[in-house]
Amino acid sequence: MDGTIYSAWLFTAALGLTLIYGVMKIVNVTHGSFYALGAYAGASLTGAWLAAGYPPMLSYVVLLVAAVLVAIVVAPLIERGILRFMYAKDEVVILLITYALFLILEDVIKLIWGVNPYFIAEPYALLGSFEVGGLAYPTYNLILVLLALVSGVGLMWLLHSTRVGKLLVAVIHDPEVSRAMGINVHRYYLATFTFGSLLAALAGAFTAPTVSVVPGLGVEIIVLSFAVVVIGGLGSLPGAALGAVIVGVVRSVSVHYWPAVELFVIYFVMAMVLAFRPRGLFSLAEPRKI
Amino acid sequence: MRKVLVALAVAAAMPAAHAQSVKIGVVTFLSGPAAAPFGVPAKNSAEFVVEQLNNGQAPAPYSKKGFGGAPLEIVLLDEAGSTTTQVTEFRNLVQRQNVDLIIGYVSSGNCLAIAPVAEELKKLTNFFDCGTPRIFEDASYEYVFRTSPTATMDSVGAALYVKDAKPGVKSIAGLNQNYAWGQDSWGDFEATMKVLVPSLDVKTSQMPKLFAGQYNAEISALLSAKPDVIHSSFWDGDLEAFILQAGPRGLMKQSLTILTTGETAMHKLGKQIPDGTVLGARGPFGPYAPNNQYNKWFHGGFVAKYKDEPNYASYQMAQAFLGVKAAWEKAQDANGGKRPSNEQVAAALKGSTFEGPGGTVKMSIGKGHQAVMETAYGVTKLQGGKLTVTNVKRYPAEKVNPPEGVKSADWIKGGFKAQ
Repeated sequence: MDGTIYSAWLFTAALGLTLIYGVMKIVNVTHGSFYALGAYAGASLTGAWLAAGYPPMLSYVVLLVAAVLVAIVVAPLIERGILRFMYAKDEVVILLITYALFLILEDVIKLIWGVNPYFIAEPYALLGSFEVGGLAYPTYNLILVLLALVSGVGLMWLLHSTRVGKLLVAVIHDPEVSRAMGINVHRYYLATFTFGSLLAALAGAFTAPTVSVVPGLGVEIIVLSFAVVVIGGLGSLPGAALGAVIVGVVRSVSVHYWPAVELFVIYFVMAMVLAFRPRGLFSLAEPRKI
Repeated sequence: MRKVLVALAVAAAMPAAHAQSVKIGVVTFLSGPAAAPFGVPAKNSAEFVVEQLNNGQAPAPYSKKGFGGAPLEIVLLDEAGSTTTQVTEFRNLVQRQNVDLIIGYVSSGNCLAIAPVAEELKKLTNFFDCGTPRIFEDASYEYVFRTSPTATMDSVGAALYVKDAKPGVKSIAGLNQNYAWGQDSWGDFEATMKVLVPSLDVKTSQMPKLFAGQYNAEISALLSAKPDVIHSSFWDGDLEAFILQAGPRGLMKQSLTILTTGETAMHKLGKQIPDGTVLGARGPFGPYAPNNQYNKWFHGGFVAKYKDEPNYASYQMAQAFLGVKAAWEKAQDANGGKRPSNEQVAAALKGSTFEGPGGTVKMSIGKGHQAVMETAYGVTKLQGGKLTVTNVKRYPAEKVNPPEGVKSADWIKGGFKAQ
């Protein structure tokens, strides 16, 4: 159960990262900032909602709204305002630009919310608990699992069963030919960046009730998310799912049976995968090189 | 005649108005995860104490304005960043900003790195919060002091409290951050418990990464292990996340849980900390502070100024200023009323005893450079919507600190006998 919860949390956070890389070929470090912004916005809005005496059960909707607000306000600003001018540059340069943006957004968060922690404990305990193997788990954890399932399945359906998704797959395979065929590639880049950032903000907002929302929240998640997508293969959705499951299960087993190696084991698995599959477990063929 | 009198009065007032100020470098976390629980409360405390001292509003014997009449001026510096950065910034404070002395540092790593540099630059430096006992156990200094007790006291005090509160304790488990603070705290606690209960069963020691944030697996491991006692030295967001995640799962109800820095969370997370959780404050601070005139002055003034409770970092900062002030004025008196040198202040602070809002502070170990104090622990109880501590037990300084010249680890292994 611990592995499932942890994997679900990781998968939701890592999904947007792998999507943005898959479409835009950007290793997006600002993903951690969107996670933190989602957590802060979720904690602030939900805290205000509960303080105003509105129904606590609707606080889950407020968390969702907070994440959407973050994504539709901040993501287009970054993509249209900065990133679109950088697409012609080398991937490493864009990585450094997103890292710079990550540092700037960390300070923006401190300017807006200060350094004191924010808590919204109510939604975590509101739904009661359930037992597995004699251990109690707050039912809220099932929301995290549900969020991961809906995000993953929904994105797969979007990509493979809708017209928009199929056009996006075309953009993934070859942006130049897609552009020649009349696809507005820049619009797809904007949509992808906003949707990927929304997934990060959702993960942050729905994590907020379980943690203390403090500066630096985005650092931890970005490192783990990279581990997940590297294990699975950058740009691969099934890879992100498998990567999250591997990291979640390996870490939980280690915590229960060999806690001393908990830190080491995630990166050991990553190193092993990369040693035998340098592009990750689900690495795709490179169509552009054909 | 009237003009002459006015001129005389102005002339008489001149030396006081232009008395050379004492420039104090204050270093603490102003950003990063340690800012909220330690850095900002400590900075607020420094500003409050300096304002009070400059106005001569502190109780006697601290009622003389500033340090011996010289007004105090603070140069604030952020402790965030690498240890190398801190060493560079320390040199800047001394060599470019020309501060007279430095009070600061939360991180043990920073304290260990700064101490030899302070000695090299011959600049009086008082560590106000960092916990590692290694500073004065592994080296000797003339210019370096610490007016707060070491982390050894926290762990030994915690073990003594556990044995008192749960005499039949047979098993323990730990949840500590995987770096020096967490490992040392757990190591000292485990070693002390093994002395107190030779047949002790150590069920599990969980050491997650610093700022990991998600502890469901660790909490499950602790619930499965069913230890009598759980020890955690978690701090900041990790402490708060652990409380938020463990509370609804009944961990604190199953095992007596001792949070050695829990006091920093009690005012923010009051209702989420289950009744019966043992909280520490790294000494007799916060809810464990004595009801003396210094605490009434400090606590009352702090709450009035900031509309917030001072936590143990605030107390430690206030204590650091008062200790140096007492030494400065003693040295000034011995110097015929003239401004004392760093060497003279250091000589006066060495081995001194002074009173503060946390009670009596004795600079009695580390060759007179390291403070010892009594410590206290208690269990939480929500009363009238406010979290309080009950069943408070106090342990005298000599019972929870090693004697002079004995290393903490050796003292614990040897049965932590009092002097």
